[in-house]
Amino acid sequence: MLLYIAKRLILMLPLLIGITLVSFVVIHLAPGKPTDLATMMNPKASLEAKQRLEELYGLDQPLHIQYWNWLKRLAVLDFGRSFASDRELVLTKIGRRLPITILINVLSMALIFLVAIPIGVYSATHQNSLFDRGTTVFVFLGFATPTFWLALLLMILFGVHLGWLPISGLKSLNYDQLSPLGQIWDRTAHLILPVLLSAFGGLAGMSRYMRSNMLEVVRQDYITTARAKGLSERTVIYKHALRNALMPVITILGLSVPSLIGGSVIFESIFAIPGMGQLFYASVMSRDYPTVMGGLVIGAVLTLGGNLLADIGYALADPRIREARP
Amino acid sequence: MNRPGLYADSWRRLRRNQLALAGGLVVIALFVVSFLAPWLAPYDPAFIDVTSVLEGPSRAHPFGTDPLGRDVLSRMIWGSRISLKVGFVAVGLATLIGIFFGAVSGYYGGWVDAAVMRFVDLMLCFPAFFLILAVIAILEPSIWNIMIVIGVTGWMGVARLVRAEFLTLKSREFVLAARALGASDRRLIFAHLLPNALAPVLVSATLGVAGAILTESALSFLGIGVQPPTPSWGNILTEGKDNISLAWWLSLYPGLAILVTVLGYNLLGEGIRDSLDPRLRE
Amino acid sequence: MSSIRWSLVLVLFLLPVFVSACEEKTESTAVPAPAPRTDLDVPAYGDAIVDGSIGDASTMLPALASDSASRDIIGLVFNGLVKYDQDLNLVGDLAESWDISPDGLTITFHLRRNVKWHDGRPLTAQDVMFTYELMIDPKTPTAYAEDFKQVEKAEVVDDYTFRVTYPKPFAPALASWGFSIMPAHLLKGQDVTTTPLSRKPVGTGPYIFKEWQTGQQIILEANPDYFEGRPYISRYVYRIIPDLATMFLELKSGGIDRMGLTPIQYQRQTNEPEFEKNFKKYRYLSFAYTYLGFNRLDPKFQDKRVRQAIAYALNKEEIIEGVLLGLGRPANGPYKPGHWAYNEKVKPYPYDPDQAQQLLTQAGWRDTDRDGVLDKEGQPFQFTIITNQGNKQREMTALIIQQRLEQVGIRVKVRTIEWAAFLKEFIEKKNFEACILGWTIPMDPDLFDVWHSSKTRPGELNFVSYQNQEVDRLIDQGRYTFDQDKRKEAYHRIQELLHEDVPYVFLYVPDALPVVAARFHGIKPAPAGISYNFIKWYVPEHLQKYRLTP
Repeated sequence: MLLYIAKRLILMLPLLIGITLVSFVVIHLAPGKPTDLATMMNPKASLEAKQRLEELYGLDQPLHIQYWNWLKRLAVLDFGRSFASDRELVLTKIGRRLPITILINVLSMALIFLVAIPIGVYSATHQNSLFDRGTTVFVFLGFATPTFWLALLLMILFGVHLGWLPISGLKSLNYDQLSPLGQIWDRTAHLILPVLLSAFGGLAGMSRYMRSNMLEVVRQDYITTARAKGLSERTVIYKHALRNALMPVITILGLSVPSLIGGSVIFESIFAIPGMGQLFYASVMSRDYPTVMGGLVIGAVLTLGGNLLADIGYALADPRIREARP
Repeated sequence: MNRPGLYADSWRRLRRNQLALAGGLVVIALFVVSFLAPWLAPYDPAFIDVTSVLEGPSRAHPFGTDPLGRDVLSRMIWGSRISLKVGFVAVGLATLIGIFFGAVSGYYGGWVDAAVMRFVDLMLCFPAFFLILAVIAILEPSIWNIMIVIGVTGWMGVARLVRAEFLTLKSREFVLAARALGASDRRLIFAHLLPNALAPVLVSATLGVAGAILTESALSFLGIGVQPPTPSWGNILTEGKDNISLAWWLSLYPGLAILVTVLGYNLLGEGIRDSLDPRLRE
Repeated sequence: MSSIRWSLVLVLFLLPVFVSACEEKTESTAVPAPAPRTDLDVPAYGDAIVDGSIGDASTMLPALASDSASRDIIGLVFNGLVKYDQDLNLVGDLAESWDISPDGLTITFHLRRNVKWHDGRPLTAQDVMFTYELMIDPKTPTAYAEDFKQVEKAEVVDDYTFRVTYPKPFAPALASWGFSIMPAHLLKGQDVTTTPLSRKPVGTGPYIFKEWQTGQQIILEANPDYFEGRPYISRYVYRIIPDLATMFLELKSGGIDRMGLTPIQYQRQTNEPEFEKNFKKYRYLSFAYTYLGFNRLDPKFQDKRVRQAIAYALNKEEIIEGVLLGLGRPANGPYKPGHWAYNEKVKPYPYDPDQAQQLLTQAGWRDTDRDGVLDKEGQPFQFTIITNQGNKQREMTALIIQQRLEQVGIRVKVRTIEWAAFLKEFIEKKNFEACILGWTIPMDPDLFDVWHSSKTRPGELNFVSYQNQEVDRLIDQGRYTFDQDKRKEAYHRIQELLHEDVPYVFLYVPDALPVVAARFHGIKPAPAGISYNFIKWYVPEHLQKYRLTP
């Protein structure tokens, strides 16, 4: 097992380089340079100014030189400077937006786990009951509803008409004047709608998965044995079945790691949340290569790490897979 | 294994599942509407009439008009074609690719498995959105390009599922038995492993169709969906977004349509899964 | 009293406490004002204005900023030597006055003497010199150096006198000195791309930078020592809300005080009495126009009659009605009505499809195969109009044009392209047939960059490849003199020529539709808009909403 993990970790490095190479090529395939966007359609900018800008950014060099330069700097964890007119360090830009994205994603995932798992278990143990069918429709509704649509509707209801919750943003205008308790409540109030909506969409996947796992486990022989032994249904379900059904669900955590840093640009723009989704989208559209590459690298590291965790999880959960490994 | 029995049995179970039937009806309705669009739509969906901009539902326009005075009902009817196409082509492509890689990886194991899984990792590291954006920037955002990109970026989940199923099933008794009887690789894969592995794939496929429809509406939101004047539910919904309190019909109808269609596909998929899964036989 | 009575009394006392605790305010900021004096509408200091913006600023260094959000903030924190007043005349900002030498080659600016930077140091001509040198420095990644490179010689005559000499009299020069002046004592020797000043600017303007919470808001405070007098509104908050629908909801619930409305919002969503009580809408012609441009390198568009026919085939009123809900004016040249260079005698092409048909027939296009589409030498008359993704108005314009041209037998396809690709692959490479785009209308009427035949290199602005020697001559005539009458004559004639030549079909000038919370008084709409006297806007004391702790 340990050998396997070691092998995977070593493989990660060339894989990472491969990913960065492919990303670099793909983003440069898209026509247009960041300097084009700053200077074209601008009556005050001359061709000479554009050329000057290109040289300053190193964009006049051939692609493989640009890539090599970038890779060299990456080796010392220098992600470079953004090509946007603020010319900030990429790490600064990402670091500013990462916390809020991670916070919302973690809260949302926690909510999903808290709600979906019980729903899945109960649906499985009461298959085809009204609860089962009702919650099936409910969770799929969450999946099927276009987020921005529901977001706007809820904003209108809770923000404009009822005035219970703030409409957008992360904190109120008078935040600095609030007491510490008031500040905590203010931040929480701003996060309620985004987290709820984010979780609502993800309920379907998790609860269905939990349900099907439970259904499968409940039909196993050892459950029948447990029942035959005379154990109460509660013990059977919660002590034996649940634990086994829960294992593969834990591996989902590993797979969810990369999505922790991902934000939805649509979601963030509706809620005016300055997160990773907007940063990434804007960077791609303005061909801000360093920022795009920076985001992709971090995402790649997390994905590879998360996949490794998930595979370890699978192996731990199912001994047969463990033995089948080379 | 008695194959005809498995499917007839599943069909019977499916028919008794009310939710799945409801879903199935929705899917059929979608097919019918999109097929008969030229005859069903009362107006030309692209006909602009600036004198009737953003009118509410009326007898002339049962679903109201959009910011260019075009009839929303007609646009909705034609828009169903986009939803259908996006769903099928994109997901069909993703499923086929995914089954291929997953089966190969799960069946052969060893370095083949390792290689394929590393490839999956590579693909997973690219946020699908990034690829879609990049492709749209490179190519024209035509409906075909969008579908192919969604398909090519969405097969990884299916592959993992199929592979996981294959790994589990490979050591089941019936497979070991068949192998002992001398069945060839091909027979094992197609006759024994795949049918049992299909259940999660089907669910994934229906969720995928749903996801593709939602992706299309997200792309329309960002302005990089299908080209004007082609109507799609996503772009009608987006037109309604900025006027959500005024032109509620622009948000309600496409929103409902997307919701009901996606719901229908999911329920149907779940129903199929429940009925096909031999482990759930009562 | 009995215990019941006591309880009742207790409840009565406690009730207000509960009620006030339960009251949820989304933006709870109002502290009850002392004895409101509703009889006085007198300018009072205080309160804050919250402005809504779709984008965040990217840098606050004037040399580097190219996006409109950055410029919005820079406009409040910095000053130029000159600025435009409410009637769009150039007046002094940091310069009290200026002299232009009789030969038109030298401008001498006399700076005000009482201007201080936000850190207390005085403004001198050294700052102007520094700004000039910074802009022309090849190491500065700015897109705005052009105008400054025209200067032959710049000198500091004394602390408050700055002189520039040009090789030829250059009319746009004066306006170019409206560019923000940057502080020499803080930027000298610094690397412009990494200086902390781009996130914490220090200027001379009416508002002092306080805080920038990236992606959320920018906060500015009134400058008590501003040379035109302290602004009445004590605080300016620039709130970033990327989605227009959300922004509108925030406006209605009081989260922001000002935003630009869309035509639909203006016409159809802001008419309830409740809204009109709390907000005031304004409407004035904006400083931009939208046009349909023809690529002159394409053989189809080389015949003038074809271009004129298309102009006749379009119904501009219809476009304005559909796209702007009537909130705009037809454009028929590169200037907007009201500007001194605007030629009123040039009338826009009326909607006349018969005339269009005639011209097309004259140009050799007939429908010989009766398929509804005109053709010539076996080729059907069809072309693609391209425009950039994300601009709904241009997209709608293209679709309306498509429908009208269909009626005269021209088949049009519409294609929206992502902005960066649009610029690089289609505009720069002149790989298009027709396009729908817009230009901002600059205050100075110089047309060189867009209309001169020398500006047709890839990446330059005359990407439709318009070449007319007469127009070139007139452009030069207009730029190289300060005599406004001579300039006017040249620009009038250019408009006549452009009207005849139809390099573009000029479509419309939209209205700007700002809406401001009703408590702000002192707003006086003028040709320059409403923001020109922003420092004079105020909220009467009894209406003030935000009480700010000093």
